[in-house]
Amino acid sequence: MRNRITGLVAGLGLTLACSTSVFAQELTIFWAEWDPANYLQELVNEYEAETGVKVTVETTPWSDFQTKTFTELNARGSAYDMVVGDSQWLGAASEAGHYVDLTEFFNKHNLGEVMAPATVKYYAEYPASSGKYWAIPAEGDAVGWSYRKDWFEDPKEMADFKAKYGYDLDVPQTWAQMRDIAEFFHRPDQNRYGIAIYTDNSYDGLVMGVENAIFSYGGELGNYETYEVDGIINSEQNVKALEMYRELYGFTPPGWAKTFFVENNQAITENLAAMSMNYFAFFPALTNEASNPNAKVTGFFANPAGPDGHQFAALGGQGISVISYSDNQEESMKFLEWFIKDEVQKRWAELGGYTASAAVLESEEFQNATPYNKAFYETMFKVKDFWATPEYAELLIQMNQRVYPYITAGQGSAKEVLDALAADWNATFKKYNRVK
Amino acid sequence: MATLTMTTLDPQSKAARRGLSDLAIRNLFIIPTIIFLIVFNIFPLLYSLGYSFTDFRASSNAPANFVGLDNYRTLLNDPFIWSNFAITAKYVIVSVAGQVVVGFGVALLLNREIPFKGLITTLLLLPMMLSMAVVGLFWKLLYDPSFGIINYAFGLGRFEWLSNPDMALYAVALTDIWMWSPFVMLLSLAGLSAVPKHLYEAAAIDRAGPIYTFFRITLPLVAPILMIAIIFRTMEAFKTFDLAYILTSQPTTEVISIRLYKMAFQEWQTGMSCALAYIVLIMVIAITNIYVKYLNKVKER
Repeated sequence: MRNRITGLVAGLGLTLACSTSVFAQELTIFWAEWDPANYLQELVNEYEAETGVKVTVETTPWSDFQTKTFTELNARGSAYDMVVGDSQWLGAASEAGHYVDLTEFFNKHNLGEVMAPATVKYYAEYPASSGKYWAIPAEGDAVGWSYRKDWFEDPKEMADFKAKYGYDLDVPQTWAQMRDIAEFFHRPDQNRYGIAIYTDNSYDGLVMGVENAIFSYGGELGNYETYEVDGIINSEQNVKALEMYRELYGFTPPGWAKTFFVENNQAITENLAAMSMNYFAFFPALTNEASNPNAKVTGFFANPAGPDGHQFAALGGQGISVISYSDNQEESMKFLEWFIKDEVQKRWAELGGYTASAAVLESEEFQNATPYNKAFYETMFKVKDFWATPEYAELLIQMNQRVYPYITAGQGSAKEVLDALAADWNATFKKYNRVK
Repeated sequence: MATLTMTTLDPQSKAARRGLSDLAIRNLFIIPTIIFLIVFNIFPLLYSLGYSFTDFRASSNAPANFVGLDNYRTLLNDPFIWSNFAITAKYVIVSVAGQVVVGFGVALLLNREIPFKGLITTLLLLPMMLSMAVVGLFWKLLYDPSFGIINYAFGLGRFEWLSNPDMALYAVALTDIWMWSPFVMLLSLAGLSAVPKHLYEAAAIDRAGPIYTFFRITLPLVAPILMIAIIFRTMEAFKTFDLAYILTSQPTTEVISIRLYKMAFQEWQTGMSCALAYIVLIMVIAITNIYVKYLNKVKER
């Protein structure tokens, strides 16, 4: 009897020992629920085949992504080993000690040069220009535009357009041209509309949309190093940019007041709009005939320039960070070393991920792989982003509160709205002792 | 009072034979519930009261500093918060009034002998059995200006229910009325069926008109139960979140609980949001108390 018990205990111990060693070989990456996360899962399956370490990409819908991540981080939970987090989280997550400092790793592998400069600046570094890095640029993304080639290339439309505006109907080079084209195609009686833009104010949709105009008009949101906003967020360029965005809202389909990436792709697939703003990450669905009946006649272009020739776009995309509460930090670092290899980045791009690797982005092979890769490449070298300070969420909500009623309902003037926003932001920065 | 009505344990029962007294059994049932309530309700309630006087942020490692009544002062001076309260009040009034009118009206129609009465009542109860999130998502489709069935059915063309800032709150309230009128109807039906028939007979003999009968017999007798329905619905409408959050993101529909959610879980201003939650709690308790006072008065009559 005693022997049997001893045997049983030994067996149990062995099982436990084995199972814990198996657990140590597992990594969990947390990300939002969208196609790139599926591509990443495919990529990490290859890592498992190579090393035997099982990596799972766990996802949650975009609307919960921020809340769920920070709830887990604030509770110092170890459910996830890595997170592919939004660029504006860097301040909040690094100052609170949620992310592992990757500066040494970054410098050792010379990632400042290996990855496209804008992705390093916005996905990895915090505070701005500090040389401290908290993430490895993983999914590059920015806002671009899709358009209906068949509408644009219709000879009758082209002739009518030329007669009305005095220049040829083509992909817009400036925001002013984009406005003309939107007006031209805006025909509510035919159930056809000019343009689809972001208007969702529940997270960063609307703000990203407006940023596209602001940055291309030569404006900025503020000085990210000194936290100065007066005269910057409410500059003359920004007022003009906001007025332009408001004008474009007039050429959107009816009910276009809570729209983000899903609706903006629908604008193309459902024949609603001539042009549509969206992140490059959502363009694969538009070239796929199964999800877009107009796939063959859908074209793409980079965010047009402003009146003074500035051309920038709002940054999307994320970097991958190691969570400080993870029990598998060492294993995670090994994974990152594999992830940044040139051949892995190339494979990542092949699978549909948007690599941030400068070498891959610059290669002919990448640029010719899809109809939008060239526009993506051009855009990734001229992107700008929102504030990444720990209180970014308050800044974002304040901007939504001020800008949304003006864009969608024409309440107040652009100048009043931006002046009020400057006051809000100043008060917030004072509250957190960023400015005196 | 309670001890008088409590029956003693049957001496033949299993529990009695194991030496359990009826007091022990009572404790066995009640103590876990009380512990549960204290741990998950009372303790967090008091703990968050403490936080409401600090600048604590759950997202940072910085220690919480005592700031006195600063959070309350900031909140009560914030014009956006006041607009959130005004929106909530408007929503509560429109939504609860609508539910009472529709719910009580339908109950009056059903309070007679009609064929398939049971089936009709059950079918009418379906909306309130659905999940709020599901209702929000499909009403969003119904309201859609391009392909929504509501505009099509009423010939409203491209009327924008949800993206028109002046209309959006009414559209949310309309959905809430659709969903919760059955609840008012159910309680009203119970009240109506309890009205003694002989009162109506007496009124008929006295040649009282239908309006007179309604205001002097039906309404006063149903009033207490109708008040209970109104209390429940007011409290629920005051706390409403899901419907408004899913249907639209107009600033004109940002009820106080949405603002609270954003403050607590997007901005992580934990101390400030605790203070706001307390302001809301005090308001709900005050409003409910007014109702309860009135309910007692109605009962006394």
